[in-house]
Amino acid sequence: MLIASLLVASFVIFAALYLAPGNPIAALSGGRPLPPGSVQVLEQRYHLNEPFGAQYWYWLDNALHGNLGVSITLRENVSTLIASRIWTTAGLVLYASVIIVVLGIGLGVVSGLRPGVFDTGVLVVTAVLAAIPAFVAAIALILVFAVRLGWFPALGNGTSFLSNVRHFTLPALALAAVSLAIVARVTRASVRQEAEREHVQTAVSRGIPARQVIRRHILRNAAVPITTITGITIASLIAVAAVVEIAFSLNGLGAYLVQAAETKDIAVVQGISLLLVTAFVVVNLLTDLICAVLDPRLALRDSPR
Amino acid sequence: MAAGDASTFRRGLALLRATGPVGIASAVVIAAATLTAVFGPLLAPDDPDLPNLSLSWAGPVGGHLLGYDFQGRDVLSRLLAGAQSSMLGPLAVVVLSVAAGTLLAVTAAWRRGISDTAISSGLNILFAFPGILLAIFAAAIFGAGLPAAAIALSIAYLPYVARVLRGAALKERGQPYVAALEVQGASATAICLRHVVPNIWPLIVAQATILFGYAMVDLAAISFLGLGVQPPTANWGVMIAENQDGLLLGHPLPAVAAGLCIVTVVIAVNLLGERLSAQAQAARG
Amino acid sequence: MSDPAPADSLASAGAASALPLLEAAGLTVLLEVNGARRAVLRDVSLTLRPGEAVGLVGESGSGKSMTARAMGRLLPAGAEVRGSIRFGSTDVGELSGADLRRYRTRVAMIFQDPRAHVNPVRRIGDFMTEALRTNHEVSRGEARRRAADMLAQVGIEDGARRLQQYPYQMSGGMLQRVMIAAALLTGPSLLLADEPTTALDVTTQAEVMAILDGLRRQSGLAMLFITHDLELAAAICDRTAVMYAGQIVEVRASSLLHSDPLHPYTAALAAARPDIVRSARRLRAIPGRPLSAFEAPVAECAFAPRCTYAGDVCRAAWPGLVELGGGMSRCARVHELRGQLQAASDG
Repeated sequence: MLIASLLVASFVIFAALYLAPGNPIAALSGGRPLPPGSVQVLEQRYHLNEPFGAQYWYWLDNALHGNLGVSITLRENVSTLIASRIWTTAGLVLYASVIIVVLGIGLGVVSGLRPGVFDTGVLVVTAVLAAIPAFVAAIALILVFAVRLGWFPALGNGTSFLSNVRHFTLPALALAAVSLAIVARVTRASVRQEAEREHVQTAVSRGIPARQVIRRHILRNAAVPITTITGITIASLIAVAAVVEIAFSLNGLGAYLVQAAETKDIAVVQGISLLLVTAFVVVNLLTDLICAVLDPRLALRDSPR
Repeated sequence: MAAGDASTFRRGLALLRATGPVGIASAVVIAAATLTAVFGPLLAPDDPDLPNLSLSWAGPVGGHLLGYDFQGRDVLSRLLAGAQSSMLGPLAVVVLSVAAGTLLAVTAAWRRGISDTAISSGLNILFAFPGILLAIFAAAIFGAGLPAAAIALSIAYLPYVARVLRGAALKERGQPYVAALEVQGASATAICLRHVVPNIWPLIVAQATILFGYAMVDLAAISFLGLGVQPPTANWGVMIAENQDGLLLGHPLPAVAAGLCIVTVVIAVNLLGERLSAQAQAARG
Repeated sequence: MSDPAPADSLASAGAASALPLLEAAGLTVLLEVNGARRAVLRDVSLTLRPGEAVGLVGESGSGKSMTARAMGRLLPAGAEVRGSIRFGSTDVGELSGADLRRYRTRVAMIFQDPRAHVNPVRRIGDFMTEALRTNHEVSRGEARRRAADMLAQVGIEDGARRLQQYPYQMSGGMLQRVMIAAALLTGPSLLLADEPTTALDVTTQAEVMAILDGLRRQSGLAMLFITHDLELAAAICDRTAVMYAGQIVEVRASSLLHSDPLHPYTAALAAARPDIVRSARRLRAIPGRPLSAFEAPVAECAFAPRCTYAGDVCRAAWPGLVELGGGMSRCARVHELRGQLQAASDG
């Protein structure tokens, strides 16, 4: 199902050339005046004189082979331009994901298992955090930690791995904030719900030690909804990363996408969009797979009796 | 007719009261924001759009509680005026998305069979597009601006709304009273409009509220990126982007104030939405 | 059994069959209900001897499940327990930590809805062997072997394959048999069975009951069998206790329950059951509705408002349990009414 989504998505992305007002040449050039002879080059490169379906096929085939066209503004291969920026975005998303998984699930589990002051605290904090969009969080973090406290740099990429970690910490936190809150809340609710289930009573009644009950019967069963929400939120990071990259002046794919959108560099927009949508779908697919492993009822439809 | 309106209004109030003190407080905040959105430009003490570079980054002085932004404009006035685009944009997104979502969900639930499969499959495909991505994409094709961004977001949100509503509509469809009405000869449209939709109305309202929060965040983000509302139009997202340099220059107030406005409304919307959603679920048993 | 025999009283509890295995005395349990402390059990006294099957019968809200949970130390958090429950010479309420877990291996519990009570995401094999491997340090292979054997004893063939399956792949009746098998695997001395067949259809009920009864007698296991069905309890249990409004109102040898009941409620329960053999113009329901412990009056007999034999002495004070005829009764007028109650239950 998701593969079908991906195909349709790629089709829509491709069709952007025709959705844009004006003819494809105008779209490709972004309304800029073109030197003579370029029109023929463009027509040839993008097979503009062939039937629509064939054009789509050429484009897709090229894309799958790593050829995403040429940037009209920088006159370089889109794939090269992407490759130089992809690790920034990947690193950022990865860093944020780690924060979400460790802090989000961690806080959710602890507060789910222990009602009391800590739990109330977590509820309040997550309620507030869930309402702070990434770019607002960016502002606050820059103000407090970069300007006032000077613990972290405010802008830009780092030079080495360690300095990258420093540079990416505030952006990762800004990116993770909302997702962290959502994951913590859902985790807490799932853990609470599972702890009340009757099969947990059965385990207790057989003298299974508390720690094992928590691990094998509460957390293990809560794993599916927790994994689902974590997967969904991590997938959403892929899009929001653009905002954070702009706010912190990081040269990642998202920032580049925005710039390309502003300058109407269609080929770049298409290339990056395709990549991001693919990543989004892949993350969702992985989440579903993990869930199927965790809960056998999801994997098998027909049950032999 | 007037009596009908009054009773709907009273029912709405009762629903609101049932959300508890937190829900009521949130509703008050949202109402205040809405009023500001409607009357903002009139309430603003100063001209929100007139730059005066000599006052650039000036701090709070006299009646100007929040100081001046990077172009010497009164921040408070700009916030009040900015409420308009900051609130109306999400509202448009919600209306479009919920209206289309309800239509598709009820149609799919009612017809079932092939129509349902077709609609569900179509919606499933939309799941592949995160909102912000679709909005950036739309800006690249159609040019930056609020309408393109709003429509893009509506399309991106559609599958989520439709999925929830379809489930509820299916459940409603299976109720005995629907079969009874069908036997009596009522038309499908009549049943849907007069019975199914009103019965899932609390859920629709809850979804719309939650969606408003997401739309607000996403639209502000897109405006922040420069692809939504365009400067110099006043907008909270735009204001954050415009005044971001102020953070490093020692003048954080304009950006922070705009950020606080966004956060406050979103918290209120989330809190209210959560409670309405819990109520809607409890009512459905 | 391979578990080490501790020198404490837990093991000696099974030694002499005259000594009680588990004894509840004056057990009163209070729970937080809607912010107030309410009694759900009042003065429950019940003795279980080794190898004996005792039925615990009552309508909903009578406290029968709560009694089992109190015995199994499975009461909800915040429950206040008064009175005592003794297993051998150990006070069950005082147990904690490793001692409590050891107690749990001696007293097993099976529940009403097997599908809710078995972890749906783990295999049957894991479910069955978990207690053995954790508390008895039995190896994985040995535990699986024993589990497969026990499955055969409850009538499930092809044990090795079944152990690999998940609960959703089994029917309710089969799952209940698995639960019984799992409970018996650790070799407990007492089985608390909380309405094990109520959630099953009638034919499966009969099968499962037969298996349970057979296994119990075979291994000399004591059982507290909880049900709302008086006839069912009387059929498989040596003695039957009847509960109403959180109190024990009668304890009697099962064979005498119909011929010589010691409480009007028991007689009414027996009479209210529709009989296949006889025809009647109306079903004999008991007027009013069953009360839970916290709704019932405390200064008089709890059943008095619904009882056809209620007299002034019944409303004067809360009656205690008296012993007579080898059983117990909480009826204030039992000595006068004894002969008449039997006639009433015959209709």
